[in-house]
Amino acid sequence: MDSIVCIKRVPQTTDLEIKIDSSGKDIQKDRLTFDINESDSYAIEEAIRLKEKLGGTVTLVSIGEIGNDDIIRMGLAKGADSAIRIEYSDELDGFATAQLLKNTIKDLKFDIIFTGCMAQDDGYSMVGQTLAELLGIPYASLVVKLDVENNLATINRELEGSLIEKSEIKLPALFTIQTGINEPRYASLMAIRKATGKEIKITDAKNTELTKNTTITKLFTPPPSKQAEILAGTTEEKAVKMTEILKEKGVL
Amino acid sequence: MKNIFTLIEHRRGEIRNISFELLTKARELSEKTGGKVTALLLGHQTQTFINEIKSSAHRIIVIEDEKLKDFNSEYYKTVLSNILTTEKPFLTLIGHTAFGIDIAPALGSKLNIPVSTDCIGIEIDNNVVATRQMYGGKLNATINFKDSSQFLLTIRQGAFTVSETNLSTEVTNIPSPLKEDLAEIKFLEYIEAATGGVDITKANIVIGIGRGVKEQENLKIIEDFAQAIGGVVGCSRPVADSGWLPKDRQVGSSGKTIKPKLYIAMGISGASQHISGMKGSETIIAINKDPNAPIFNEANYGIVDDLFKVIPALKKKIEELKQ
Repeated sequence: MDSIVCIKRVPQTTDLEIKIDSSGKDIQKDRLTFDINESDSYAIEEAIRLKEKLGGTVTLVSIGEIGNDDIIRMGLAKGADSAIRIEYSDELDGFATAQLLKNTIKDLKFDIIFTGCMAQDDGYSMVGQTLAELLGIPYASLVVKLDVENNLATINRELEGSLIEKSEIKLPALFTIQTGINEPRYASLMAIRKATGKEIKITDAKNTELTKNTTITKLFTPPPSKQAEILAGTTEEKAVKMTEILKEKGVL
Repeated sequence: MKNIFTLIEHRRGEIRNISFELLTKARELSEKTGGKVTALLLGHQTQTFINEIKSSAHRIIVIEDEKLKDFNSEYYKTVLSNILTTEKPFLTLIGHTAFGIDIAPALGSKLNIPVSTDCIGIEIDNNVVATRQMYGGKLNATINFKDSSQFLLTIRQGAFTVSETNLSTEVTNIPSPLKEDLAEIKFLEYIEAATGGVDITKANIVIGIGRGVKEQENLKIIEDFAQAIGGVVGCSRPVADSGWLPKDRQVGSSGKTIKPKLYIAMGISGASQHISGMKGSETIIAINKDPNAPIFNEANYGIVDDLFKVIPALKKKIEELKQ
């Protein structure tokens, strides 16, 4: 069972105030840290588990510049066998991203392609499904359980309201993986050290002609739908105010 | 003519609310463009659905086929490709749901129609201009499209409020183009998630915890606080993903929808998926370190502070009051 996992490096913005840069179309990234997209990390784990169960290989594919090597090497340390970095630095929309991935993946041998179900930064949830369509293979999105037997995958998709949809899909196929499907492992220090020496194949895509369907023309702070009354003062004072509110509302 | 099509989403014999949200927005846009609104209804035993949608659109296109009873991206993509190619609507709206997420990007790619996803605003001039959110709802983005004669958007659930209308509706039945069984994807069944001992949908007070709780060990502090205030503990997705709380405690679009008297969001930034599960709460209080966390746009009251400083102070006050 040979798998390909598409991974993205994203800025870590949870709990942080993010600022729009001078172009008005992007955020200030110079003080942010970067890491692998969360659902991509679950996708790697799912691919490695499949390899451990059924044999085969795991290949990582990531679009970006040399900074991406950090997340690629961590994937290799966790158990991926090889990696390709598609060298490209311009802004991409979901469709262009899928085209770039397709150009590289169409020449590779695979049974399953994994992607995360959503990128934490742009939140499109579209690259995997688009890639599958471009490659002409079936797919399922938001996968929370996967079993493979004889070129047939049985999957659970996560729907709304705690409901699960169970389906069968013939391989080769693509799955976009939802967070929580497994428990991503940590790589050992030894494995991390070993991965430092592993080769990452570079595909230069800088001059690739791509169709961009959409462009971000402006970023702005969302207008509040219901602005909260912010309780001011010391922590103690805030606690007193909040207790008064709770009393007033009759919930205590 | 800038006609707008919306896809009717149904599951287990019921039309989902997003379908009416899409129709409402489509009608509003069509008033400006002069185009007509068409509801696309793919399914089996569709008569009750037709009755429900009737008067919400200028036209309903019905494709009746047993193979379309449950969602299957392979069948739906085949049928929708057929219709969008012959009818050529200027704009097609599909819900940004598990159903729409699955089908829309591939459909657009197959038909060479530009797609944008999870949109919360739409303007039409010569092209379409969309608004959508990025960075977990911390920023909005204006999206422009390349020139095209057709556009496809998926729309966030709850982004548009349903309004009533009374249009005269023409119903067009189109024979199903599905001649034979497609072989690659087979729907098996729906599975209801297992439920545990605590039902957060029945509680008066729910303490919702998110990433800001940082470590599993801190759960004890939250549980103690919940007990002091007489509430139960729910959570956002990352907490359930980590296995710190069972999945049936997850509040949000893929988890539970709750409407308690009081919801206290602790260390939850407020991704739209979470908001949609708790925005019906009577009173919402948010505690978060980030003053710009989107959760403050939904809360009635906010405390910008370190969670683990606020909790002991608050617990003390509440216990004093209860004595």
